[in-house]
Amino acid sequence: MDQATFITELREIVKPYAKNQDALAQISLSTDFINDLKINSANLVDVVLDVEEKYDIVIQNEEMERMLNVQAAMDIVNAKLQEK
Amino acid sequence: MTTAAILQHLPYAAPFLFVDELIDIDEEKVTGRYTFQPDMPCYQGHFKGHPVTPGVLLTEVMAQIGVVCLGIYLLRDSIKQQFPTVAMTSTQVDFYLPVFPGETVEVKAEKIYFRFNKLKCRVSLYNAAGKLVCDGVIAGMIIYPQHA
Repeated sequence: MDQATFITELREIVKPYAKNQDALAQISLSTDFINDLKINSANLVDVVLDVEEKYDIVIQNEEMERMLNVQAAMDIVNAKLQEK
Repeated sequence: MTTAAILQHLPYAAPFLFVDELIDIDEEKVTGRYTFQPDMPCYQGHFKGHPVTPGVLLTEVMAQIGVVCLGIYLLRDSIKQQFPTVAMTSTQVDFYLPVFPGETVEVKAEKIYFRFNKLKCRVSLYNAAGKLVCDGVIAGMIIYPQHA
């Protein structure tokens, strides 16, 4: 999946959880979910579950721990989609 | 794990223990009860001359039975060594009826999911007449000590 498509889709997924709407509007590969979007760790779980549902993938605990920014999320999702 | 063992593992004590007994528990759901003793200090001020159980305490009963007790059951094998820190992370509760001093309430909770150390449950609280008092969704997380 290309970068622009992923970022557009991810923006919709994180929208309900992002406290910082300005950062959400500027979302890029380097955007950090916790520090930039101000999503707490509990809501980050919901983001990951929504990502699983959207792409029909299963994310493991250690992948969840790495999924702290948009780049990491895209890498994990793309790797999972290629395994299919 | 027996219900008695779950109660022993609860990280609460008086005056903030809000579970008296567990009726039933399995991987998906839990039922428990609590009686609000009429001599609880909160009734002196909530409200002046008209004691009603505060909604935050109804929420706490829902959280302790519906999320913490169920969480202890789900984690039963791993908490024998060390009990983790728990934190309530979200509540969304609607209230329908008041609970007065001395009433016994029953909480029923169903697991929505338990993933990545977060337990999210749909929780309902009923009075002794079986009427719905409040319901909603409550979530909590397990926080393990950070490794240096």
